[in-house]
Amino acid sequence: MLEILVGGALWTQLSSSMRLKKQILENLSAIVGADGVLTRREDLVPYSFDGTAAWRQLPGCVALAKSMAAIADILKLANRFKVPVVTRGSGTGLSGGSLPVPGCIVLCTAQMDSIVEVDGKNLTLLAEPGATTAKVAEAAEAAGLFYPPDPGSMKISTIGGNVAENSGGLRGLKYGVTRNYVMGMEVVLPQGERMWLGNKCVKDVAGYSLKDLFVGSEGTLGVIGKILLRLIPKPAARKTMLATFDEMERAAAAVSAIIAAKIIPCTLEFLDRTTIHCVEDFAKIGLPLDCEALLLMETDGHSAVVKEEAGEMARICKAQGCRELRTAQTEDEAARLASARRTAFSALARMAPTTILEDATVPRSELAAMIRFVDRTAKRHGLKIGTFGHMGDGNLHPTFLTDERKKEEMERVEEAFQEIFDEAIRLGGTITGEHGVGLAKKSFLPAFAGDAQMKVLRQLRQALDPAGILNPGKMFD
Amino acid sequence: MLLELARSTPSGGASRLKNLDYSVVQQCMHCGLCLPTCPTYEATKLERHGPRGRIAWMRSIADGELTAGQEFADEMYFCLGCLACATACPAGVDYARLFENARAEAEESGALDAPWRRFLRFVTLKWLFMESWRLQMLGLALRLYQQSGMQWILRHSGVLALLPQRLRELEAMTPTIQPRFSEELIAPRTFPPVGMPARYRVALLTGCAQDLVFSDVNLDTLEALRQNGCEVITPAHQPCCGSLHAHNGEWETAKDLARRQIDLFPPESFDAIITNAAGCGSHLKHYAALLKESPRYQKQAEEWDRKVKDIHEWLVEIDFRPPSSPAHPPQLAAYHEACHLCHGQKITAQPRQILKAIPGLNLVELAESDWCCGSAGIYNILQPKMANALLERKLAHIESSGAEIVATGNPGCLLHLHNGARRQGKNLRLAHPVSLLANAYRREAPQSS
Repeated sequence: MLEILVGGALWTQLSSSMRLKKQILENLSAIVGADGVLTRREDLVPYSFDGTAAWRQLPGCVALAKSMAAIADILKLANRFKVPVVTRGSGTGLSGGSLPVPGCIVLCTAQMDSIVEVDGKNLTLLAEPGATTAKVAEAAEAAGLFYPPDPGSMKISTIGGNVAENSGGLRGLKYGVTRNYVMGMEVVLPQGERMWLGNKCVKDVAGYSLKDLFVGSEGTLGVIGKILLRLIPKPAARKTMLATFDEMERAAAAVSAIIAAKIIPCTLEFLDRTTIHCVEDFAKIGLPLDCEALLLMETDGHSAVVKEEAGEMARICKAQGCRELRTAQTEDEAARLASARRTAFSALARMAPTTILEDATVPRSELAAMIRFVDRTAKRHGLKIGTFGHMGDGNLHPTFLTDERKKEEMERVEEAFQEIFDEAIRLGGTITGEHGVGLAKKSFLPAFAGDAQMKVLRQLRQALDPAGILNPGKMFD
Repeated sequence: MLLELARSTPSGGASRLKNLDYSVVQQCMHCGLCLPTCPTYEATKLERHGPRGRIAWMRSIADGELTAGQEFADEMYFCLGCLACATACPAGVDYARLFENARAEAEESGALDAPWRRFLRFVTLKWLFMESWRLQMLGLALRLYQQSGMQWILRHSGVLALLPQRLRELEAMTPTIQPRFSEELIAPRTFPPVGMPARYRVALLTGCAQDLVFSDVNLDTLEALRQNGCEVITPAHQPCCGSLHAHNGEWETAKDLARRQIDLFPPESFDAIITNAAGCGSHLKHYAALLKESPRYQKQAEEWDRKVKDIHEWLVEIDFRPPSSPAHPPQLAAYHEACHLCHGQKITAQPRQILKAIPGLNLVELAESDWCCGSAGIYNILQPKMANALLERKLAHIESSGAEIVATGNPGCLLHLHNGARRQGKNLRLAHPVSLLANAYRREAPQSS
């Protein structure tokens, strides 16, 4: 069991790297330049992990790509020598997707980070894969437009990584996830062929929608290069509110009532007591510390609609017995509240040496039941937990606060997660809402997907990557 | 003989990072939220040049997987130590502590050891900055060089062109020495103006670089304190606070200097101990941790830490009096945040509050105001390339802000920005916020000072 959680390689036991053949390294140098290939242990250690808690693996080398042509050449080379390739942006993923595999080339796209074009006439944006999500959002905003997906790590996560993982964020409820904004992309196939998928047309039904296959493919089917994104007009107005509750279930009931009232706010986030305290300890923005649950609600759009919806949401919260309701007075205060919420996962690390979070997701109607279950499970296993997440879309982030060096406790964490996933599936939910399968959910996927789906998944992968060089061992075998 | 003496602190062989409480190294959960705030990561997009990579490297050393060799030492000196990562870190990683231990370990490993370096470190850290009279002697020599016309002659005769480029660049960076040092300007004991009761008794730390190059800022600090009801104690011959030593891996000397400071300024005798240099303040507030193995000083050090106040922090805390001087023709001022004020001491609002209180000064916000200017202690001497890139970035933001005056609370930043502006031929007025405040007080009524 522990194998799944920590991959058999605890942080304190860094397994040695498999050295790559000299010929391969020389060829790589010819492609990206000598300073674009990192091979020394000192240089590899900082690339031996991602945003997950305890996995660590040294790669064979790191290749820093600066162009699409370089990516293509690296893949050709890897295919010729049958060397595994793990694509990496900023390495902030939460499922082990960009964790190196032994002897692999880490293909790092972080240096390809420009915004190529913002097209105000077609409402699109073309970016290189290493551009950060924040940079994309800022470029859109500068043109009076809006790129809604906002994963927690948006200040540093790359758009290439977002597409590969189909990242979500705080605005999923109203605006959807990364997939809903990908209009096209240039993909490099494992054999080094480059192809453009999609275009600036709103309608395009020529052939299978292959771009959708690559969204969320977790680096297993091809390397995502340039990305064409859909932008939308910037909402004219926005209102952000905070509501506090004495019971988590009251907060969940308020969310259900808001949805039932046919209001789709852009954000409906919740934090439990532990998370509130950690976030406040870091951000110092005056979150109320004496409540069990906090709802962060935001509505945006036409100012009249925003006013009406905010009023209705406030009424519903009060009817559900909310203790206090606060409205952000300025745009700046609203931004700080959302920004503080995005740090929840990292802030929880103040409580314990190791934080392991999951993203089990259930239909919204089952939310209260799921929250109760998570709480009971943690208690039964004697574990400390902080829970926060996207209440509006049923996407929970139960986070266990533990210590990777305590083997026995880690076993209990593992058992608790198994039970949480089983329950999520039983309630009609999924094992991962936005972090991806990677290594973290790999063992849970077959049972969740079923035999027929697993067969199709394997056939697809085999068809695109017959040599199996791309991110081997991730998602499924 | 000198080289023998200069041999650094006992190596001992024990790794500082290994001996550090493991929870400090383990605290980083590698979420990466520090990366976009790190100037060296932003410039290179290489993990080893970012906080997360550096911490992973430190942890590998603590775990015994890597040793602190030359490369590690180089990396620790490529890090600016600006602590922007510590502000950005939701997980509360104590990067300052990791960084100081890492630099000390790098020094003790001997990886950077070379006769010239040993000599230079000895002369500066263990000799020059140990006694204020030695620094003042250097100051006098430089003053002579500058005031005798020698500097002018050398700079205009082309003789300097004969020097290697690096030395020429260093010569151009030599700060102008003030005509008088702090102790010539400031009496050991000063009272508020006649008619104003003394509400507080405070100590004024005059600093090292501050004393040589910005003794006027010390005088201005004194004026601001007096005008707010403070009796100010300013002994002559003050020791260095030891920040330079701690940031450069010379811990034993830093401890020695901390003890000397406490002896000179017993904290129980003051309501506050005032510093006006961000870099010093950031170090001065951590004497208790530094002296935790000196039982005799422990209690005093804790009180010391509580009472050390940056001048901006103190003035706002005691509800400073806004100057009532007539407004100048309005001037546009920008505020550049010294790293060790905003990241090291989390002081961001107070300097702005002071600037806003000055009649005739209109404060504009500088883009990336909390981004390091590249000065970073002696970083601009050790890493000129990176330091200059950051300087140019800062100057460009200043230019687009339209500010005529840039205020900042650290002597290093003031000098670095001054040199940068001069090199670009820009006429930029640079000032410590407290100088602008003191001048406004002076304009109120001539007899008050």
